[in-house]
Amino acid sequence: MKSESKVLTSISHLSFFLFSAACILPFILLISASLTDQNAILANGYSFVPSVFSTAAYEYLFARGLEILRAFGVTVFITVVGTAIGITICTLLAYPLSRKETPHRNLIMFLVFFTLLFHGGLVPSYLVWTQLFDIKNTIWALIFPGLLTNGFYIMLMRTFFQNTIPNDLIESARLDGASEYRILWSVVVPLSTPVLATIGLFTAIMYWNDWQNGMIYITNPKYFSIQNLLQRIMQDIQFINSNLGDKAGGAMQQMPSESVRMAIAVIGSLPILLAYPFFQKHFVKGIMIGAIKG
Amino acid sequence: MNQATSTSGRLVIPKERKKKKNYRKYSSLLIMMIPGLLYLLINNYLPMFGIFIAFKNVNFAKGFFKSEWVGFDNFEYLFKTSDAYIITRNTILYNLVFIVIGTILAIACAILLNEIKNKVLLRTYQAIITMPHLISMVIVSYLVFAFLSAENGFMNRTILPLFGIEEGISWYTEPKYWPFILTLVYFWKSVGYSSIVFFAALLGIDEEYYEAAKIDGASRWKQILHITIPLMMPVIIMLTLLAVGRIFYSDFGLFYQVPLNSGPLFETTSTIDTYVFRGLIGSGDIGMSTAAGVYQSIVGFILVLLANYLVRRYNKDHALF
Repeated sequence: MKSESKVLTSISHLSFFLFSAACILPFILLISASLTDQNAILANGYSFVPSVFSTAAYEYLFARGLEILRAFGVTVFITVVGTAIGITICTLLAYPLSRKETPHRNLIMFLVFFTLLFHGGLVPSYLVWTQLFDIKNTIWALIFPGLLTNGFYIMLMRTFFQNTIPNDLIESARLDGASEYRILWSVVVPLSTPVLATIGLFTAIMYWNDWQNGMIYITNPKYFSIQNLLQRIMQDIQFINSNLGDKAGGAMQQMPSESVRMAIAVIGSLPILLAYPFFQKHFVKGIMIGAIKG
Repeated sequence: MNQATSTSGRLVIPKERKKKKNYRKYSSLLIMMIPGLLYLLINNYLPMFGIFIAFKNVNFAKGFFKSEWVGFDNFEYLFKTSDAYIITRNTILYNLVFIVIGTILAIACAILLNEIKNKVLLRTYQAIITMPHLISMVIVSYLVFAFLSAENGFMNRTILPLFGIEEGISWYTEPKYWPFILTLVYFWKSVGYSSIVFFAALLGIDEEYYEAAKIDGASRWKQILHITIPLMMPVIIMLTLLAVGRIFYSDFGLFYQVPLNSGPLFETTSTIDTYVFRGLIGSGDIGMSTAAGVYQSIVGFILVLLANYLVRRYNKDHALF
């Protein structure tokens, strides 16, 4: 019996070793390709170990790094501002919904819930944001449409408030004359850091990874996020020449385009991959929290 | 408390006045909700009413509101072309494969994860297999490109020559390979994530069942077969039905970014979402794409209701509403 469970354990370890390798290897190929000499790529293709090591792609990108830096700036800005606004309005809506005394609580709850069932779709959303708000080619186009908060997060937070904040605590704060805002800020929020951190983390990842809003609402390269820049480059490697390059007289010949393409993807994914070990615990926990109430 | 005072008889407040008093007393709770509700109104509810444009001949020059009404013409055009068939077929078939095989893979992973008792390794595996879920589809499209690029890709330059195929395959113009490629990419990105979801359900199973089985001499394999899987069934059925409810929606990034929006691949890569998007952003027909969007919204809505009805019949506690 013992040996049988040992076999199962070994199978598990083997499976997860292979699975983990499959998750990591594509990134190794990407990094290796970005560090390979242009001619070596043309001769042998992309490979897992650079046949001829070269940092030319990175040198090229750093020399023309302003556009990339700017795109990072845009991404950081929308991630910070979007997450801050999103989590604020989500909390402000979820807290009253968790209180029994809020008038029309059930009706409002239904309105929140209904957004999960029926979607207007892409074209009507586009209409609302461009015709009513004229959001095209502004930084707000990357923050407001779709991403700020959603019915699922609001319901998740409401359930957490309902189940973990003792009613007596709020009642006694009220008797002490605390306003609702004061109660929310000094009683509820400090007790709710797990759910706030989870929703904040997932919102931040959503903003960091978003390319859809940029593709729909942004045509001015000034407001490209890093994802949009990456996507644009993939679409057309010429973009580097026309937008990142300076007096590019015949630079196309020297530009290590095959490795540059991969180098910029490395730069684009590096921040989140480097940060991942620090928040992976919360990420995995967050998936579980979402799963239980999802 | 209110009820107590009104039934005690001393302080009978007429219903109207009590309500008013409630509003004033809890006005701050109501005001608090305004930003969130305003956002849902703009972001979710106004677009719901915006589906009227599917019944218009959309003309960018005239503006959307002034475009003329054409009734069901857009729908008629859409369903006359082969487009409607192709995008519906692709959306549903891909989703079916994702749901059936994806669920099986995720459950298998969750069960295997449960066999790993080494805490450090367990955490490491969990972190690594959920990592692909963290990466944006744009980056994924680069990763796939590194393998499939016709000129320098790892497949054409290293793998295929190993099998004696020197002439590379032009992956980005051959539609027949893409059902496999997209399915593989989807599993790469999502199986780790969904296995954690099932793993969470698995952790909720009471240890006592296993203890009892052990005393009865049941092997580990038997325990999995007769305890773990049956007890996970409610979660499995619920998640599957919910996924079926979303069968008319596709992961837009997967079908748009990963095939690099390549025209020759549309036959096997375009779904309702990419079709609507292309109509809005450029190469497609805006009228037909808005019609496709409304078609998706309405059929999708019906399917969600249906799925929920089925969940309810199976187990009331697990239903959404």
